[in-house]
Amino acid sequence: MVRPANLEPIQGRMQEIPANLMLKCSGCGAMLVTKDYVRDLRVCPRCGHHGRMGARERIDLLTEGFQEWDKDLTPRDPLTFPEYLPKRSSAQIKTGENDSILSGAATLNGRPIAIAASDFAFMGGSMGSVFGEKITRLFERALKERRPVITATSTGGARMQEGLMSLMQMAKTSAAVGRLREAGVPFISLLTDPSMAGVQASFASLGDLLVAEPGAMIGFTGARVIEQNLRIKLPRDFQSAEFQMAHGQIDIIVPRAKLKDELGQILSLLLD
Amino acid sequence: MLSRWLPFEKPLVEIEEQIDEIKRLSTSDGIDTASRQKLMDKIEQLESHKREVMRRVYSDLGPWDKVQMARHPKRPYSLDFIGALCTDWVELHGDRAFGDDGAIVAGFARFRGRPIAIVGNQKGRDLKERQARNFGQPSPEGLRKAGRVMEMAARFGRPILSLVDTPGAACSPAAEERGISEAIAHSQMLMSGLKVPILVAIIGEGCSGGAIATALGDRVLMLEHSYYSVISPEACASILFRDPAKAPVTSQQLKITAQDALRLKVIEEIVPEPLGGAHRDLPTMGKNLGDALERHLEELLRLSGDDLIEARYQRFRKLGDFDEPEREFQPELNGHA
Repeated sequence: MVRPANLEPIQGRMQEIPANLMLKCSGCGAMLVTKDYVRDLRVCPRCGHHGRMGARERIDLLTEGFQEWDKDLTPRDPLTFPEYLPKRSSAQIKTGENDSILSGAATLNGRPIAIAASDFAFMGGSMGSVFGEKITRLFERALKERRPVITATSTGGARMQEGLMSLMQMAKTSAAVGRLREAGVPFISLLTDPSMAGVQASFASLGDLLVAEPGAMIGFTGARVIEQNLRIKLPRDFQSAEFQMAHGQIDIIVPRAKLKDELGQILSLLLD
Repeated sequence: MLSRWLPFEKPLVEIEEQIDEIKRLSTSDGIDTASRQKLMDKIEQLESHKREVMRRVYSDLGPWDKVQMARHPKRPYSLDFIGALCTDWVELHGDRAFGDDGAIVAGFARFRGRPIAIVGNQKGRDLKERQARNFGQPSPEGLRKAGRVMEMAARFGRPILSLVDTPGAACSPAAEERGISEAIAHSQMLMSGLKVPILVAIIGEGCSGGAIATALGDRVLMLEHSYYSVISPEACASILFRDPAKAPVTSQQLKITAQDALRLKVIEEIVPEPLGGAHRDLPTMGKNLGDALERHLEELLRLSGDDLIEARYQRFRKLGDFDEPEREFQPELNGHA
């Protein structure tokens, strides 16, 4: 499915080009033909920059025969937070999804698994009640059916607009991973750009393995906030997957084109 | 002097200063009995006025006032509460891997005669101590120290008390390099599986990941003027209005008071603070909190370890606000789904 939701449209004097025909790589600035870029899994052929993927596109990349779970869960507005409903509605229209996360059953190289992917295009892939509930159900059902779990995160963290309810999803999902771990069902957390804050500080850091895509930003507090608070300048690669691996925080970095085979290999080494 | 007090406290502090001044006059030499009696009457009058002002001010604090109360420079911190609640406190140090984080205290003590483990966020009083304790913002090694002590508590069958008072987890390159995300995540997962009672009390600031890291308990209580939030009002204001000075607005929108948290069923109970706040009367505050904790602990001690972790799991499991249409009856699809 082609859904160029997170691509920058071309500005300025190139405007005569039909919208979305071409785009600019946010890594090196190269002009790329959208159709080719999508075919190349949104990886820039010039600099190797891994662009963001939508949740369905991500699941299609990694698995076959996806059957969605809990797709009727829809968010509410527990705090009656200003502007939450219109923001959410426009995200729903933009992505065609109820919320920022998809979950369900699929197979990876023929092996039944449970998978979830968050969509950065939906309010920054943020975790509110629906996200937390779907992830928790995913872990619980995977435990019952003994399906290995893969989650692919692309998120700015907890959803501010649901306040404490979002904070509680951190506890809820972390507790659910604890049960899965105890039962010996493997959980691979795939960290894609960006994987930050409340999600990274809960289930996403608790995978048996943490796998990242090249260049993905991974961390708790965003670099800009640290820079502002401490009045320091951070290196450009701060919190990149490569930085995090050098600091012992993730297991392995795998380019997108090899992800599926690598994840299949890992599961085979753990289970067969 | 007044700078240590909040704006809404100033009328009170002014009355108190008047009282002190008159007290000083009334005990000075060479004052006759009649004048002294007049001054004593004046003191009595001012005291009664003060009580009235206090009742008016503190019964009607808004969310931003409460944030100020939670951050009050005189507010009792974890070690003050440990002193008020416990005897025989033995503080333990270090995560056995990297260092000892001053922003978290952990150890064992006796609470009303019963040995318990305590972990708590710790802030500093003066500039030097504030820095040494990193303003109460836990680092990965602090959370790992807390985890180590909590695991030990479970091994020896000791209930755990977690005192939460943090503006958020450590915000620095060092914290990121040592895995602050993982430390927060792991602490929550660890607490979800410990087979001893866990009581959590939010005594001041309960902010963001740094707070939930040590707040996964069987019962979560909040002091009357504390706050609990997914994000600091300032950070939220930076995002929404590009202006942290709009924090009074977002503190309202985020629904962060103890009264809000109770309504959202995120906590079990609000512990009343003495008139004027916890910092005005620590012995009374300690008694109020101690009584509430003891009551909850008595209930939890009746449960087996397995029942405790199941109930704790379900306590958090049911938190969330979403819609789900009732599922219509679907015939068995015999695997053709």
